[in-house]
Amino acid sequence: MQNEQDQILNEVTTGEYKFGFYTDIEQDSIAKGLNEDVVRMISAKKKEPEFMLEFRLKAYRHWLTMKMPEWAHLKIPEIDYQDHIYYSAPVQRAKLNSLDEVDPELLETFNKLGIPLEEQKHLSGVAVDAVMDSISVKTTFREALAELGIIFCSFSEAVKEHPDLVKQYMGSVVPYTDNYFAALNSAVFSDGSFCFIPKGVRCPMELSTYFRINAANTGQFERTLIVAEDKSYVSYLEGCTAPMRDENQLHAAIVEIVAMESAEVKYATVQNWYPGNKEGKGGIYNFVTKRGICKGDNSKISWTQVETGSAITWKYPSCILKGHNTTGEFYSVAVTNNHQQADTGTKMIHIGKNSRSIIVSKGISAGVSNNSYRGQVKVLRGADNARNFSQCDSLLLGDKCGAHTFPYIESANHSAIIEHEATTSKIGEDQIFYCNQRGISTEDAIGLIINGYTKEVLNKLPMEFAVEAQKLLLISLEGSVG
Amino acid sequence: MSTITENISLKEQFLDLYRSSSKEIAVNSAPLMNTHRDKAIIKLEKLGFPSRGGEEYRYADIESVFKQDMEKSFGNQKININIREIFHCDVPDIDTNLFLLVNGMFYNNGQMLKELPGGIIAGSLSQAAKDYPGLVEKHYDRYAGSSKDGLVALNTAFAQDGIFIYAPRGVKMEKPVQIVNIMISEAGLMAQHRNLFVAEEDAELNIVVCDHSLSAHRFLTNSVNEVFAGERAQINLTRIQNEHNGSSQITHSFNHQETGSNLATNIISLHGGFIRNNVYVKLNGEHAENHSMGLYLSDKGQYIDNFVFIDHASPNCFSNQLYKGVMDDYASGAFTGRILVRRDAQKTNAYQSNNNILLTDDARMHSRPQLEIYADDVKCSHGSTMGQIDENALFYLRSRGIDHREARLLLMFAYTHEVIQNIKVKALRERIDDLVNKRLRGELSRCNNCAMQCG
Amino acid sequence: MLVIKDLRVSIEGEEILKGINLEVNAGEVHAIMGPNGSGKSTLAAILAGRDIYEINSGTVLYKGEDLLDKSPEERAKDGLFLGFQYPIEIPGVSMVNFMKTAINEMRKHRGEEPLSASEFLKKMREKKDLVEISSSLTNRSVNEGFSGGEKKKNEIFQMAMLEPQLAILDETDSGLDIDALRIVARGVNNLKSPHNATIVITHYQRLLEYIVPDFVHVLFNGRIVKSGGKELALLLEEKGYEWVRSEEVNL
Ligand SMILES: Nc1ncnc2c1ncn2[C@@H]1O[C@H](COP(=O)(O)OP(=O)(O)O)[C@@H](O)[C@H]1O
Ligand SMILES: [Mg+2]
Repeated sequence: MQNEQDQILNEVTTGEYKFGFYTDIEQDSIAKGLNEDVVRMISAKKKEPEFMLEFRLKAYRHWLTMKMPEWAHLKIPEIDYQDHIYYSAPVQRAKLNSLDEVDPELLETFNKLGIPLEEQKHLSGVAVDAVMDSISVKTTFREALAELGIIFCSFSEAVKEHPDLVKQYMGSVVPYTDNYFAALNSAVFSDGSFCFIPKGVRCPMELSTYFRINAANTGQFERTLIVAEDKSYVSYLEGCTAPMRDENQLHAAIVEIVAMESAEVKYATVQNWYPGNKEGKGGIYNFVTKRGICKGDNSKISWTQVETGSAITWKYPSCILKGHNTTGEFYSVAVTNNHQQADTGTKMIHIGKNSRSIIVSKGISAGVSNNSYRGQVKVLRGADNARNFSQCDSLLLGDKCGAHTFPYIESANHSAIIEHEATTSKIGEDQIFYCNQRGISTEDAIGLIINGYTKEVLNKLPMEFAVEAQKLLLISLEGSVG
Repeated sequence: MSTITENISLKEQFLDLYRSSSKEIAVNSAPLMNTHRDKAIIKLEKLGFPSRGGEEYRYADIESVFKQDMEKSFGNQKININIREIFHCDVPDIDTNLFLLVNGMFYNNGQMLKELPGGIIAGSLSQAAKDYPGLVEKHYDRYAGSSKDGLVALNTAFAQDGIFIYAPRGVKMEKPVQIVNIMISEAGLMAQHRNLFVAEEDAELNIVVCDHSLSAHRFLTNSVNEVFAGERAQINLTRIQNEHNGSSQITHSFNHQETGSNLATNIISLHGGFIRNNVYVKLNGEHAENHSMGLYLSDKGQYIDNFVFIDHASPNCFSNQLYKGVMDDYASGAFTGRILVRRDAQKTNAYQSNNNILLTDDARMHSRPQLEIYADDVKCSHGSTMGQIDENALFYLRSRGIDHREARLLLMFAYTHEVIQNIKVKALRERIDDLVNKRLRGELSRCNNCAMQCG
Repeated sequence: MLVIKDLRVSIEGEEILKGINLEVNAGEVHAIMGPNGSGKSTLAAILAGRDIYEINSGTVLYKGEDLLDKSPEERAKDGLFLGFQYPIEIPGVSMVNFMKTAINEMRKHRGEEPLSASEFLKKMREKKDLVEISSSLTNRSVNEGFSGGEKKKNEIFQMAMLEPQLAILDETDSGLDIDALRIVARGVNNLKSPHNATIVITHYQRLLEYIVPDFVHVLFNGRIVKSGGKELALLLEEKGYEWVRSEEVNL
């Protein structure tokens, strides 16, 4: 671990966004614009059953009645929803012997991203669903998982092969009426992952989805649904990148998690969408609704996120703690640099007795960016002995950025205990001097201190991802200190 | 949707009221105050009444408060009873210069303005605006004028009088000024008064405001304070809210602080059906120091909402907020505290803490401590808690032989005392301790010979 | 090794060091004593490169080169070590990681290969034993939650790890019990060689029973008002700083 850390620090010399390349592959895209016909076309292209089309249309019609939320501490330029492409899929050119094979060009793309899709090459213990633009390219280790009764496939396949499960759970945690972006996603979502862990099964490997935006002018609208039946366990990872482009691209995703009695779901995200250039040109607009429900007693949902990318991030992974003795966790590191803006946090809704939640949020702002924590802790009347602890820290690097904290704490139960603490500070000059005095350069000292500052959150990530995330953090902050 | 139309109608109602009574308002006020009214009305028209859709009044239902059936009178009120006969402050040993506001107007006992030792001027604001127009003009509506709150514009349009206190350079007030703000009438009544407190360089002011209601009708007060602390001035402001539970009170305080000044406010909310206190602080010069504190004890159906906004507009300033509350029965409340540290306000130290104890499952509390920070060399933190009495402490006391009820009371008392101890006037501090103690014990804690049966 | 000439330093317009002259040669141990506020820590911090002060005049040569031009880390890599009077807490940064980074930076500077994990841990173990610091401390974040005495021991531990040529210890003895004092002294004496030098800043002559200085200087009101052998420390102890004060009048 120490060696790795040193290596990371050594690597922090090139600060460019590493994943900004573009794969020149033929795309099957529809025209720009959004209307009912587009929604129908998406559904038709995906050969969906009727119930899906109905769901999409209802969502679309509802979306038309809604307005962009304005409460976030974000300056969102006017978005012309007619100026985006809502479906684009890479066309696999090579002749493939079986359905399971993937165009070598796509394989190469994912190799470059560090996500080998051939199972033998892949990190053992991680199954991947690779999504490029609007479709899933390949899902690894499906057969091995199927033997345990675990379903891990693309959302499109789930719609066809497990329509009853999809019908039962899709929209049950995030209804399409939930918010503007949830409605939009529900109308036009393209692909994503579906994961079902049956009763009593502990998923033996990490499941992960890697999202890649490739095509220009294209929005990505993926949807992930995870259902963990009684006493099951799964750990889930999500990663994402996009090419560097001057125009802004839209990303509006939904993740729903259902945890039944004594089930545990861990969901980790390393978000590294293209953040735009130093002048604030380009970058992804990232509007995401992630929510899990601890439906059964003793269940647990844990969100961990490392947010380094995107021009704008609007994201609040939440837990509805419905069962008794349930636990919700949210661990977050959000970094903004240059012109990035992030308004992110969580919601913990305590309904069940003895429900517990913990929130640890570490914000780092640099450049001329703005970074806000916004979180709600709500204890309902029946949530006896509910307990929440929140710690929200902000670190400012430089005097042109902003760090903000907006908690909403609401209690309607006298036995509940809610504690919220927040601090804002910069890296102490005396800390840097102390490191300097021991021969450590200022840049390395800052690296060390930032790693220390975020450790509590990064430790929640699986090992390989923690290292990855640590590198990412320092790269994101490259050039912001000196 | 319906809220919007109702909102418009409420606004229209007051615009109409203004059109029909502006003459009467003006006649019973001062020209200086009158010159601000038309502008304020235009502003009200633009801003409207605050709604729950906005972030600022998310939990406070202003509309229903204003929709109550109440008289609005702007004439020269003739109050037939001798207030001084029915009201006498019963704080023992409190030695203050007493001024009365009755239904928002200065209660005239022959003398509208008094000169106190050292050249301190105190009395009716409208009289001061006539006698000392230069002095009043320098500050009147300078701090409240930029507010984005329609209720402040409403006050500027309608307020006819209030209290003016002025301490010249270097003058330190010996006796505190006590302002007793009384609502009394034969029917529901709305009043809007306006206070202006000015302490010039190195001056010192000590002010106590007591809110009372003396008859069993629905009252609504929408008042604005403007407070100016000149360089190195020291101001201490304590407010005790003790109206009956059929009354509603909205207060706005705009506290402007210059270099090296020190301003402390304490708002103790004991009784009152609907209370909303807005405190805005602008730290406009370096090394200014602000303490904004509050204590709220609410039960039955009371709603108490505190909103504090501290604007660190200069470097090297210090601010501290401490708001604590106990909610019983089906009372509800809210706290919002915002610290804004502007880009140039380096070396800011800002702290904020909100603690709540909920005694029942019907009580509700919302807490929103907020930090908005644009400077990097700052120390800012906030904390918010909701919970009960510390069980460990309770156990410790009981293990020393103190019975459960008494131990609880002791702890609650200690909890509230953290705010009360900051009150500078000793007699008042002791009296409030006593009132709070009684209140926590469930005994009646009215501080005048009030005939009200609060319910 | 170290030559300070007419060093004048001020902070926020107020002059704190008012013309310091001092020469320290390899193999020597110097003690600097003086009452609170006389400028001892300021001198130490200036030598280590703290940049909150204004240097009004003077020169400092370290190993024949101008010291004042160098960044703090360059000085550290050149073998200058400051034991802080108030060691800084760095939350989340483990002692292991901190020391490993520091040592390898210095090795890199000297053109040496970085230590392997096992070599590094071996070294940690050795030095830990030397200063009798427990693993529970070295496994924690840098100084975080350490007691005053633990922080001081940690400074000596770091000194032992980094093996400096010139160590400046700013009141490392204050707040230590007798056992800890002995350990600190052992750390310092262990380092002693014909190639190294130490400057011990202290209040009390107590420490000097364990670390025997070759020279004692009395810093008073920003000036070195008296220099002498180790007997000066005893004299000071006996007569108190009042004595220097009255002497100063005669200067
Ligand atoms: N950062 C600072 N800002 C202002 N004055 C300082 C600062 N640091 C030290 N001083 C002043 O410089 C003088 C010398 O301090 P210091 O070197 O710490 O003394 P000593 O270590 O001998 O007790 C004292 O008067 C102290 O108040
Ligand atoms: Mg010192």
